[in-house]
Amino acid sequence: MSIFLDKNSKVIVQGITGSEGSYHTERMVKYGTNIVGGVTPGKGGQKTPQGLPVFDTVKEAVDATGATHTCIFVPPPFAADALYEAHDAGITLAVCITEGVPVHDMLRVVGTTGGMRIIGPNCPGLVSPGKALVGIMPGHVFKEGPVGLMSRSGTLTYEVVDLLTRAGLGQSTCVGVGGDPIIGTTFVECLREFKNDPQTKALVICGEIGGSDEEDAAAFVAEHLPELPVVAFIGGRNAPPGKSLGHAGAIISGGFGTPESKIAAFISAGVPVAERPSEIPQLVADRLAVRA
Amino acid sequence: MNLLEHQGKELFKRAGIAVPRAHHAADPEAVERFIESAPGDWVVKAQVLMGGRGKAGKIKMAGSASEGRSAAQEIMATPMPPNRQNPQGEPINSVLVEERLAIAKEAYCAITIDRTARKPVFVVSRFGGMDIEEVAERHPESIAKFYVDTATGYSPFIGRELAFRAELDPGYRRQFPAIAASLYDLFFDYGAKLVEINPLALTTDGRVIASDAKVELDDDALFRNPEFDEWRKSLPLDVDEMFAAQAGVGIRNFRRFPGNVGTMANGAGLAMATMDAVANAGGAIANFLDVGGGANAQRVRSCYELVVNNTGATVFFINIFGGITRGDEVARGVVEAMAQTTSRKIPLVIRLTGTNEEEGRRILADAGMKPVETMDQGAREAVRLASR
Repeated sequence: MSIFLDKNSKVIVQGITGSEGSYHTERMVKYGTNIVGGVTPGKGGQKTPQGLPVFDTVKEAVDATGATHTCIFVPPPFAADALYEAHDAGITLAVCITEGVPVHDMLRVVGTTGGMRIIGPNCPGLVSPGKALVGIMPGHVFKEGPVGLMSRSGTLTYEVVDLLTRAGLGQSTCVGVGGDPIIGTTFVECLREFKNDPQTKALVICGEIGGSDEEDAAAFVAEHLPELPVVAFIGGRNAPPGKSLGHAGAIISGGFGTPESKIAAFISAGVPVAERPSEIPQLVADRLAVRA
Repeated sequence: MNLLEHQGKELFKRAGIAVPRAHHAADPEAVERFIESAPGDWVVKAQVLMGGRGKAGKIKMAGSASEGRSAAQEIMATPMPPNRQNPQGEPINSVLVEERLAIAKEAYCAITIDRTARKPVFVVSRFGGMDIEEVAERHPESIAKFYVDTATGYSPFIGRELAFRAELDPGYRRQFPAIAASLYDLFFDYGAKLVEINPLALTTDGRVIASDAKVELDDDALFRNPEFDEWRKSLPLDVDEMFAAQAGVGIRNFRRFPGNVGTMANGAGLAMATMDAVANAGGAIANFLDVGGGANAQRVRSCYELVVNNTGATVFFINIFGGITRGDEVARGVVEAMAQTTSRKIPLVIRLTGTNEEEGRRILADAGMKPVETMDQGAREAVRLASR
């Protein structure tokens, strides 16, 4: 098992003929993802270099292929529209890679697209190792196994996954939830899914400064996942207040979103917080061993 | 982008929120001329983004043209004093000359984005004129919130309910729902992350007026309102953002710190973790820098120069985990940067992994450089070199 995505998930790519879309479509197909086609308005009827059909609308793509998942590579002004179109066509899970989507667009989208899970925006996507990859993650660092992972960043996720894989700890599903203030799927929503996944025997939460997603996750773990080994990491401990560091969401403002508050929340939930990413595999292995 | 008070009030006027009669003046002479043409009781207010103007003596009364002139002179003579968030303080480039209101009550009203609820939220209190953080500490029970369903939008009951729950003075009640409606429109029409009226004044003659304006616009939505380009140019420049823009990286991607270990990584999360790794190794960070995805040779070179020219870095730690960023391209960029740069040369510590890492390491080795294997090793090596 895995969450959100498995090898049977039928995936389309919105913006499949653009430079990012076509590059990553090739990589996703090579990984083994069941990509069934893509959408670029005005290019319906064409085929991609992989022989995938291109459609003018998401509805046509869904009708013809039975797709349930979409991966969105469109410029920021059109991202909300792409999400609305996916929702209207009956897509159940949308991964939005686009960085720089106006925050008000996302406020409206998350308030009006019930029934469709959105991962992102400004995220690297998700991967269920050995099964499927949707997004821009480098497939070669992942390995199938028992560790579920969620993260607000991209490259830091690859770093942590690489460390886990080298330590022999494979992953069930890795979710890059995105670095923006308003995202479709929070840590808590990931935790709810992981809770019911039999493959997942341990969890890693890669948080960062800003917002209260980590505190909410800590509270959820304490209440609903007391038995499951969970390890956390908080990036940006040395960040100054009032300035966002790269991610629009990574900002300490008015005393909220501080690393101290997040670390304290995890510790009180019984979740160890790694000082550095390289400590994560050992913390996970120790806890898995105790359980076994 | 944060707006100055007079800019925020311009948006308030457009949205139909009452503001005091005012004149924006670039120098003391303009203040004098204005008051000469409109005698009366005026307030002269520094136009800065920093808070705490009153305490810093940057808001002064003026009952005549000459008083207005000297008030503006005093206000503009020195910058806003520094605080923790603004260690440089802030220069004062203009003042707002504003009608002195006869105030009976002061309240607080704002709309912002609640990240957890993923909804716009109104925040109202009968205590205005002080920071909302202070109100939250001293009178938490006085704060009324309303989370707006974006599918429905604003409806007047929201304003009525807020006014009652916050126990606003009855003098506010009739006008408040319309003010909240205007606030909501402004918030959505201009893509604001925060619109705050503090204080929302009730005058002795029964008018409800926005006595101050704090507006933060979403940088990602500015493309929809090109008219704000002019305002952006008039705002006090954040030096780090300016340097970042010149180097061709996103304005959020570069921050300077007082230390001597320069850092660069691809991706904001990894860049933050790199800073933390340097601190863990006992070093002091010179900067945060996210080089972005798909870094090419030219980008890497301009990032190197960005750090060595603008920070106190004595060593430069490059931490690249190649996902979509190709290791060979980064390596070529590093070699090219060192060969071509006319900036000062400082030792490099390079951690390179991921796509095409072998080729990247070979390119670096051919150029006489030696990459390290892990982020922790790199941080230790960088700190060692910096403390020599």
